Amino acid sequence: MADQTYPIPGTLDIAPSRGARLLEWLHTWVVTVDHKKLGILYIVYALFFLLVAGAEAMAMRIQLAVPNNHFLSPEVFNEFFTMHGTTMVFLVGMTIIFGIGNYLVPLMIGARDMAFPRLNAFSFWMSAFGGLLLYSSFVGGFGLYGVGSAPDVTWWAYAPLTAKAFTPGHNTDYWALSLIVMGFGTLGAAINTLATAFSMRCRGMTLFRMPLFVWLMIVTSGLTLITITPLTAAQVMLIIDRYLGAHFFDAQAGGAPIVWMHFFWIFGHPEVYVLILPAFGIASEVIPVFSRKAIFGYPAMVAASVGIAFVSTTVWAHHMFTVGMTSVGNTFFVLSTMMVGIPTGIKIFNWIATMWGGKIRFATPMLFCTAFLFQFLCAGLTGIMLAIAPWNWQLHNSYFVIAHFHYTLTGSFIFCIFAAFYYWYPKVTGRMLSEKLGKWHFWLFFIGFHLTFDTMHFVGMLGMPRSIYTYEADRGWSTLNFWISMGGLIQGVAVLIFAWNLIHSYLHGQEAGNDPWDAWTLEWSVPSPPPAYNFAEDPVVRSRRPLWDLKHPQDPDWKYER
Amino acid sequence: MSSVPIFADENWRLPSRGRVGMFSLIIGESAIFTIFVVAYVYYIGRSTYGPTPQILDVPIFNTICLLSSSFTIIFAEHAIQRGAMRRFAALWALTMLLGIEFLAGTAIEWRKLIFDDGLTIRANLFGTTFYSLVGLHASHVIVGLIMLSLVMIFTLLGRVEQRHAERIQVLSLYWHFVDAVWVVVFTVVYIVGR
Amino acid sequence: MQPRRSLPLTRTHALFLALACIHAAPSIAQGALTTPSIWAPASTPANEIYHLSLFVLLVTGAIFAVVGGLLAFVIVKFHARKSDAGHEPAQIYGSTQVELAWTVIPVLIVVVLFLTTARIIFAIQDAPEPKSALDVTVVGHQFWWEFRYPRLGIVTANELHVPVSTQLRPEPTYLRLLSADVDHSFWVPQLGGKTDLIPNHPNQMWIDPQTAGLYLGQCAQFCGIEHAKMLLRVYVDTPDQFDAWVKNQQQPGVEDQSVAAGRHVFEQQACMNCHTIAGTAAKGIFGPDLTHLMSRATIASGAAANTPDNLRAWIRDPDTLKPGALMPAMQLSDQETDEVVAYLTTLH
Ligand code: HEA
Ligand code: HEA
Ligand code: HEC
Ligand code: CUA
Ligand SMILES: [Cu+2]
Repeated sequence: MADQTYPIPGTLDIAPSRGARLLEWLHTWVVTVDHKKLGILYIVYALFFLLVAGAEAMAMRIQLAVPNNHFLSPEVFNEFFTMHGTTMVFLVGMTIIFGIGNYLVPLMIGARDMAFPRLNAFSFWMSAFGGLLLYSSFVGGFGLYGVGSAPDVTWWAYAPLTAKAFTPGHNTDYWALSLIVMGFGTLGAAINTLATAFSMRCRGMTLFRMPLFVWLMIVTSGLTLITITPLTAAQVMLIIDRYLGAHFFDAQAGGAPIVWMHFFWIFGHPEVYVLILPAFGIASEVIPVFSRKAIFGYPAMVAASVGIAFVSTTVWAHHMFTVGMTSVGNTFFVLSTMMVGIPTGIKIFNWIATMWGGKIRFATPMLFCTAFLFQFLCAGLTGIMLAIAPWNWQLHNSYFVIAHFHYTLTGSFIFCIFAAFYYWYPKVTGRMLSEKLGKWHFWLFFIGFHLTFDTMHFVGMLGMPRSIYTYEADRGWSTLNFWISMGGLIQGVAVLIFAWNLIHSYLHGQEAGNDPWDAWTLEWSVPSPPPAYNFAEDPVVRSRRPLWDLKHPQDPDWKYER
Repeated sequence: MSSVPIFADENWRLPSRGRVGMFSLIIGESAIFTIFVVAYVYYIGRSTYGPTPQILDVPIFNTICLLSSSFTIIFAEHAIQRGAMRRFAALWALTMLLGIEFLAGTAIEWRKLIFDDGLTIRANLFGTTFYSLVGLHASHVIVGLIMLSLVMIFTLLGRVEQRHAERIQVLSLYWHFVDAVWVVVFTVVYIVGR
Repeated sequence: MQPRRSLPLTRTHALFLALACIHAAPSIAQGALTTPSIWAPASTPANEIYHLSLFVLLVTGAIFAVVGGLLAFVIVKFHARKSDAGHEPAQIYGSTQVELAWTVIPVLIVVVLFLTTARIIFAIQDAPEPKSALDVTVVGHQFWWEFRYPRLGIVTANELHVPVSTQLRPEPTYLRLLSADVDHSFWVPQLGGKTDLIPNHPNQMWIDPQTAGLYLGQCAQFCGIEHAKMLLRVYVDTPDQFDAWVKNQQQPGVEDQSVAAGRHVFEQQACMNCHTIAGTAAKGIFGPDLTHLMSRATIASGAAANTPDNLRAWIRDPDTLKPGALMPAMQLSDQETDEVVAYLTTLH
């Protein structure tokens, strides 16, 4: 077995100078079409932006810690929450799921690479370029003098605030253009994932033997195809309006700002499921392994995922209960929205049933997944509250909404991403992450998370709207906001511990071996880190847990699977 | 290394990745077109001033050209499958000609609209939605033509062979899609919207 | 005008506030009286929402207790023990009955929630407008509110006055919501849910406050740099107070010869291009109507108290009170500023 280690490239006869070696090393990363390297690039890129967008959140929290604060000017605050949201969703969320997917999907289905390796590289670099374009807005626009022109129109960028008349600079252009560019990258990644999962499976890997993570990447990619594209279309219209003087969203010419809202949320709602579905996939890999049991109700899990994707395309206007739809329209979206709870409930129950009767090892990945289960339950229930249209008329655009979606995005999505890091880091680097630092990371993040986002529910119900750079002292929100900010800082510390853990363990971590968790999917059958070609021979599988079959020859899975 | 239990699954067939990829692309593109079509339909009759859709002439000849190019490309696919490379080249060229005719027709139509009828993209909502939707489709025709001409060049260089039939089929899926979209655009713009 | 107290807390909201108190006892205790809490409804729509939300909380709370309880049980009961190292637990791949059960029960819950919700949607949204209703047109501007009472011939800004509406003498207020520029949203939590003000898309909502007092709210849709300072004050007046207020608002601007110099400045400078003072040449509509400026407790939609000092600061440079407000710094000399302020302070 070739012991190819990452990241040092093949050696040369004559030892080249240090600088030349560094250049060559960088070069291999730039020209690479290997799905593992591209996956790592995606992930590193997303981690960097997690810190950036997190730092923006910290700045916002400092500004809001006390009433009438002057830490950030109104302009900067508005830019920061727009950039925070946009960055977290597009540069962190989308890139990290496609990064993890890139790394794992071929390994999990026993393939040697993605279906279109060069398209894969192209997609990554498009995404990377889009992100850089977005962030260049901080220096761009009016030049280096004074303020930059970062987007400041919220991440849903409602017309007509985005029209030339109301945002004359280039702020909005940066937002639209960079997301269009990123959109193409994402589209490429989604197409590639679908083609890989459908056409590159190893012998015996039927659709219903694929690991659930792969299934969820399929569903997510399918959903991406039909959600990112409407955003691209709407943003093209916006750019046409802004540059060619057209009137798509121009109220004066009879255009309807409402149309933008529909287009945005036709994208925006399924988008949040695009993020959460891979997180479900991660949970569906981690929970069985640490409970030492097969996933409960695999077919139902697959069906529920597909069901969520379908239903989620019909619910978008639950973000628009206050825009004055007809009562019948409101009623329809109440129903469709609540129906998402049914397949989602199935998933939650199946995870709990998987843990039931198991022997649960609470290693760090499992800690994060357990917290995810709890937080996602809460997040879903606040989602149901928001879906009650009349109540939504009160809660919409208040901090209650912010609390709901950070429960889903931080409390569920990011928690699962952290679980994925602790679970697969050994595979990617060959070394374990420190469990001790991991526990610190988990507990601090957990406490900070709850301090911040539990409290936000209350301040929202006490009438605090979102997107405000400051608030009056007499509203009774001050103390609550102070604690919210404290929680934010605790989360920040936890993330720094995590970052330190990544670096420290890379250098000094314990050697992992092929299969540190005693797991069951194909990626654990190859060395850590896997060689460039992944599998020395093409694997052949007979069940959903090929390594279980291997470890329990008398009692293999394929005897029982339904 | 992999000592996973080996067993022979007799016929292990997987769909072609080219086809899966192209179908995925088409689904994505359809969503883009859907949004533009919805915008067009929503704004029918909502312009408060300026030219109205009555000024449009139905581009029958253009439509016939574009739609028949779908047939010529099917014949070309058949030709390459049978290895009839000359026939393939001829049919491929014909397909491209039909596509180019369509573009030329659109150009002439737009010229009339802009200079005779004063309909520009900033004229009113009709202009905005009309040029965007028809233009979006035209840009897809252009992309299609670029890909067709790459194949044409390689064909003339003798680099395209019978074994490439599968790839040619995948490419022509895209061309069929562009044609199918035209049917929708045509119906919406020239029949429903007029 | 003195701000009046809003509703005192009743027992049920106290319950929810008590929950909030886990985190923040002091701020609630001090701030409760001006806190625009959704748990202190004072008008029929807000009240119906309040009762609906209690019901929903009950249902979701029950789901939370059951599912969360199961999860807690599993964590406690099935964590790995030292003694059972080496053995894998029994593998269970699924169970159709159980899975069916946890599909059907949620379906039933959804049906119940849906029917309850639908009833309230129709009750609030499609309530017919009674003859006795007061019509007010609300126009959202970047970053202030314009209120027009078409049948009373009144135009004012930022502070809305409506009559109290009692069982015996129902006088709900119907708001027609328009926008002059971008999207805004009208939200006074104690009086009702929010409704957006969208260009080219007139909306409507109604309130029927049952207790006189001052209710606070603010713009709830991001509308630009000063969205945070687009505050909203609704005064619910007793019938007498309301009639008196209407009478006063219907008068033209006060004429006071002692401040003629200020009026002159106002009419010579660009002020009159943006502001209206009824009875003078000033007929601008870009900024708030100033005819009865002194009848308002705040200026710049709640950004500052309406005091001569604040007026002076505002006219010298609005950005000091509200950075990014769309009124330019007027570059008046100190003397002119004093004169204008003197004039404005007579506009009762
Ligand atoms: C990962 C992201 C994610 C996920 C998974 C969800 C999941 C859900 N969301 Fe959330 N949501 C967001 C991200 C997400 N959301 C974001 C980012 C916004 C704000 C955007 C913005 O304005 O900036 C938002 C806003 C938002 C709104 C609009 C709020 C407003 O602006 O007024 C609504 C309203 O209906 C809503 C509802 C729901 C519902 C019903 C679910 C459901 O999917 C939840 C389903 C889960 C459960 C219900 C729990 C488990 C089920 C059971 C235990 C079974 C039994 C339960 C029942 C029978 C009910 N969400
Ligand atoms: C995946 C998505 C995601 C994630 C993970 C988060 C994470 C966090 N978010 Fe975010 N948020 C959104 C998506 C997300 N958010 C979206 C979509 C919006 C809406 C935007 C809009 O309205 O337009 C929003 C809006 C939003 C607001 C409302 C702004 C407003 O309306 O005025 C607030 C306010 O508190 C907030 C706070 C936080 C906090 C404290 C975290 C914490 O969990 C973050 C934890 C901290 C870190 C992860 C990093 C720590 C880093 C450091 C300590 C420094 C690093 C140092 C260097 C870089 C040198 N978010
Ligand atoms: C370019 C238009 C413009 C001009 C000129 C202008 N204003 Fe204003 N004014 C506004 C706008 C817009 C507001 C509302 C600002 C806000 O609340 O965000 C306002 C608000 C005010 C207010 C507060 C009103 C209230 O009830 O909140 C006062 C007082 C005022 N202006 C006085 C003046 C005076 C005096 C002058 C001339 C010296 C003047 N304005 C010139 C646009 C203008
Ligand atoms: Cu007006 Cu926000
Ligand atoms: Cu949604």
